Amino acid sequence: MTSLPTASPAADGHQKKLGLVIDLDTCVGCHACAVACKEWNTGGHMAPLTDLEPYGRAPDGVWFNRIHTFEAGVESGSAVAGCGASRTTHFPKSCLHCETPDCVTVCPTGASYKRAEDGIVLVDEDLCIGCKLCSWACPYGAREFDTDTGTMKKCTLCIDRIYNKNLEEVDRVPACVMVCPVSARHFGDLGDPSSNVSRLVADRGGFDLMPEIGYKPVNKYLPPRPARAVPVAISTAPAVSPPANLNLLARWADRVLSR
Amino acid sequence: MADGPGDPHDLPRFAFDPQPTEVSGSADPRPRKESWWQRFTAPRERVELSPEVEDEVKTTTCYMCACRCGVKVHLQEGRIRFIDGNRNHPVNRGVICGKGSAGIMQQYSPARLRSPLLRTGERGKGEFRAIGWDEALTIVTERLRRIRDTDPARLAFFTGRDQSQSLTGYWAAQFGTPNYAAHGGFCSVNMAAGGMYTLGGSFWEFGEPDWERARYLLLFGVAEDHDSNPIKIGLSRLKASGAKIVGINPVKTGYNAIADEWIGIRPGTDGLFALALVHELLKADRIDLDYLVRYTNAPWLVVRNPGGADDGLFARDGQGRVLAWDRDADTAVPAERADLSPLLVGEKRLPDGRFAVPVFQLMAARYLDPSYAPEAVAERCGIAAETIRRIAGEIAHVAFQQQVVIEQPWTDWAGRRHDRMIGRPVAMHAMRGISAHSNGFHTCRALHLLQLLLGSVDVPGGWRYKPPYPRPAPPGPFPAGWRGEPAAGKPLAGSPLGYPLGPEHLLVDAAGRPERLDKAFSWEYPLAVHGMLHMVITNAWAGDPYPIDTLFLYMSNMAWNSSMHTGAVMRMLTDRDPATGEYRIPFIVYSDAFDSETVSFADLVLPDTTYLERWDCISLLDRPIGSADGPADAIRRPVVAPDRDVRPFQDVLIELGVRLGLPAFANPDGSARYPGGYPDYIVNHQRQPGLGPLAGWRGRDGTEHGRGEPNPDQLERYMENDCFWMQELPPEQRFFKHANKDYLETAVRLGFIERAEPVVHQLWSEPLQRFRLAAQGFGERQPPDHLRPRIATYFDPLPLWYEPLEHEAFDQAAYPLSAITQRPMPMYHSWGSHNAWLRQIYAHNDIFMSRALGVELGLANGDWVWIASPHGRIKARLRLMEGVNRHTVWTWNAIGKRQGAWNLKADAPEAHQGFLLNHIINELLPDRGGARFSNSDPVTGQAAWYDLRVAIEPATADEAGETSPQAEPQGLPAGMAPSPSINSYGTWLRTRRRQRARERSKQP
Repeated sequence: MTSLPTASPAADGHQKKLGLVIDLDTCVGCHACAVACKEWNTGGHMAPLTDLEPYGRAPDGVWFNRIHTFEAGVESGSAVAGCGASRTTHFPKSCLHCETPDCVTVCPTGASYKRAEDGIVLVDEDLCIGCKLCSWACPYGAREFDTDTGTMKKCTLCIDRIYNKNLEEVDRVPACVMVCPVSARHFGDLGDPSSNVSRLVADRGGFDLMPEIGYKPVNKYLPPRPARAVPVAISTAPAVSPPANLNLLARWADRVLSR
Repeated sequence: MADGPGDPHDLPRFAFDPQPTEVSGSADPRPRKESWWQRFTAPRERVELSPEVEDEVKTTTCYMCACRCGVKVHLQEGRIRFIDGNRNHPVNRGVICGKGSAGIMQQYSPARLRSPLLRTGERGKGEFRAIGWDEALTIVTERLRRIRDTDPARLAFFTGRDQSQSLTGYWAAQFGTPNYAAHGGFCSVNMAAGGMYTLGGSFWEFGEPDWERARYLLLFGVAEDHDSNPIKIGLSRLKASGAKIVGINPVKTGYNAIADEWIGIRPGTDGLFALALVHELLKADRIDLDYLVRYTNAPWLVVRNPGGADDGLFARDGQGRVLAWDRDADTAVPAERADLSPLLVGEKRLPDGRFAVPVFQLMAARYLDPSYAPEAVAERCGIAAETIRRIAGEIAHVAFQQQVVIEQPWTDWAGRRHDRMIGRPVAMHAMRGISAHSNGFHTCRALHLLQLLLGSVDVPGGWRYKPPYPRPAPPGPFPAGWRGEPAAGKPLAGSPLGYPLGPEHLLVDAAGRPERLDKAFSWEYPLAVHGMLHMVITNAWAGDPYPIDTLFLYMSNMAWNSSMHTGAVMRMLTDRDPATGEYRIPFIVYSDAFDSETVSFADLVLPDTTYLERWDCISLLDRPIGSADGPADAIRRPVVAPDRDVRPFQDVLIELGVRLGLPAFANPDGSARYPGGYPDYIVNHQRQPGLGPLAGWRGRDGTEHGRGEPNPDQLERYMENDCFWMQELPPEQRFFKHANKDYLETAVRLGFIERAEPVVHQLWSEPLQRFRLAAQGFGERQPPDHLRPRIATYFDPLPLWYEPLEHEAFDQAAYPLSAITQRPMPMYHSWGSHNAWLRQIYAHNDIFMSRALGVELGLANGDWVWIASPHGRIKARLRLMEGVNRHTVWTWNAIGKRQGAWNLKADAPEAHQGFLLNHIINELLPDRGGARFSNSDPVTGQAAWYDLRVAIEPATADEAGETSPQAEPQGLPAGMAPSPSINSYGTWLRTRRRQRARERSKQP
């Protein structure tokens, strides 16, 4: 019911696709990005990010970015721990600013829209009637309904930061990227194959979330790297029986050393 | 929104619904005058891409945990728009964690205390009358003056996680009470003491891994904690550089989840694991002998005279210089000689006829013993022997085959020039999982031994000191008490806390009884260098070793998560002497910024400001910040004005000092020495001539650093420099600081150390041996007989491992599981997990168990269970997971809250689905022959809360749904409005933007 924009390529012919690249290898699940997002955006373009029952039984507010933690695989369960194969992954989730998002096309009022110039998906709150069709259409659960204002809200990719002339250039990135203590979040133009984020995706095997659905998410995730292996070129000496300990000490008795 | 059933997201609400009336903040900002159709047909919204971010930015220092990151507070109309990290700051380099960003909700928390409070109801109820400051301070002054004039020890002054201990400790010394400490005894004193007695530095605050150059990192017991952002930044750098990260922790969350290898060790066995690694390295001769002879006491000669008064002490010459055996001269010479060619193995006869052996020999012989072999420790540690052997091989490979070389000449302590800096890139970091066990001191020493054998202390790629460390190991001074009769009305001769070198420095009376209320520095806990916060209430209640009059607490939630055995502690705080009807602890004064659980137990409450409302200093005299590349300190400055009748605690303390006439705070005529309060003190106080709370911009003209006259414009200079000072060390001073001539001379100039002498790492700790000799019957000061075996056992001059004391004390078959806690990262060390945003991440806690064990016990995810220890039982909900040691259960700490506290609603999940493990941790060990020791490390008095053993049993169906125990609700203090049921912070900003846009559009 709401159209996606027609392509509007830049001068060099590439279509600008701003988005995030999130490194699952280094994310420690600290929620720094989620809280910084909340803090910036509760005073930002879609302000406020209302909290219901902030001090009550079921505190529940609008968050554009949420962190989930998953375990996969099974530890051995034996008395000796750590030799199993389970992996714990911290998974930050926010709007993926898809190239073909149904959350836009289902919108009956034109409130949900994708910007032609950079691909950011936004909600015009003045048009939003709070019907929630978009949240049903989003397979990633990235939309957040503000019960108090009666409107749908979502990640703006900090549109009021990334172009903001009142900020130093280095700060013109989404709040979640700026604060990440492990540098697991990267921002850039995924439509430009030479951008830092595109190169990261190429180098690290970045992947789409649920590509089979066909929404063509712009945001990418980088997989956990294989564990570092350290060669044990020097094995520790073969087992030594107790009486040999004195001989071991004797190795050092004649060692010539200087301070 | 009224509280109602169901998920609010299920309730449809449309844009044209009437707006709810119960909105905190401004009204809905969206214009509603035009019709929906008008809006629908209007042109697409114009996104304001460059809204104003602030009217003003003020830099300051965060206080949401112990990291002390630099932050920028963006203000509009005097209110906070945004808090972000300061890119120039040495601690966080621009990043900020979830707590830091949530500071905005801390600042506007409805749980902030609003005025001084005087108790009107029974203790613990939270019934108060609001009073003025003059009345409050008059009450305190009169009480404290009487105490000081008669018996100053009857004031116990204990603080929590505050960052002004150089002031609070100084104030206690001025008052004349030895009963002072902060929360280190409850937290990490084992790390501090283990490090200071071995290296003259320690993990975390006094050192850090070389994040830039390390190739291999071992993280021992780091449970999402100290320190937060620097570890995260560092792990990210290691990931980028391809270093291997090994997490040794019973629980695989956070940092351990992203480690290349997780070793799910059994709690309390890290020392055994470390010593098995030591065994392997020694056996394979993969140790850095050059490093050992240059920088450690490995060649020092130890007297062998079993049964003699000097056994185990260092051999010294007539001038008191420690001796080593020189191979070339074939005689004992002062070990400090630079041209020494030391003997490491062999017994030698000293000129005076005694026999002695080098430290190295004693050390190597100990750990080559098969009892430290991987096979011998594997089962106890829960780590396969082949894994231990492989890790030993890996660290040996990285240390010796991948050495890091910096082409940077430097000069050693003896003046010898070295062409380059060679490092062993194996770094280590360790924290609570090591610290909070009763064997933690020795475990920490074992880790340092491992580092030293690898030659990886303050070398490129290793673990590095953060100036003002290193200091001598141990650094002194020793603690000050009276050592005899209390001196009423007089200051102590020194600081209440310090580093004893032997029995002569204990704070005990002629009969050997503790002089301090918490029994720190007594024969029971001789090296309790941070005091023993966790014993204060128990001992005050019991009048053991003596009763007190007033308990004065600051920012320490002693009636809840900062005590062991919380239920019992709450009873002690409210217990009355039947003979007199009076409370056994007669008077409690408490200062806090928030309505914590402890507030309700106070007789008088002194409300503190938030961290954004006051001056503060993060001082090199106290708990330094900075990095291995240079010392740093910092200030906080008021960013917003308080809107309540509250005062910064430090100002209050200084004013009390004036009212009491304490010589450091009052002039002889009674006037204030620092009439400007804390900021005046920060600038003008001098601990020694030229040394004050802040090191930067000293001297009248602000050109001196470290030492210098007070500078009246010092705080201005700090504010111009983003509220911190850092002196980058030149490249030749950045490594080998313990033996680097240029660095040591810099350290003397800056006032960190007194003499530019090398800091020699202590593999063999002579202070420990001095205590052991006393226990064996030597020396003037000896322990009471019942303590002799304890001291003789645990004061081993070499690191040892023993079963945690509580594990030994109870039937392990009846309590087969270890139970531990960790703080979640968004709440690590934060003062106020009631924060409106953070509690949306964690508002309750479950008990986590290995899925395999759960299946074996017939338990399922979500079951309600009883967690029973020898001291009681609590009820909680169970979660099963993979990444946890099979013999361990764990939970998030300090989520559970008392109903009514922190201005949370009565039905808040923190109170009903949250719990504290503290309830079933006893602060005392079982009676052993008439003596009950604290459940603490016998060397340092560190609270051993990770020693807890439990059994898990299913709860019945009708017991499900609520945690147990449930404390009686605490009331809302007078003058505090109930917390709002909706938070729309930021609405005002949108309104303001709209207004500005309209104004702009009207302009021609």
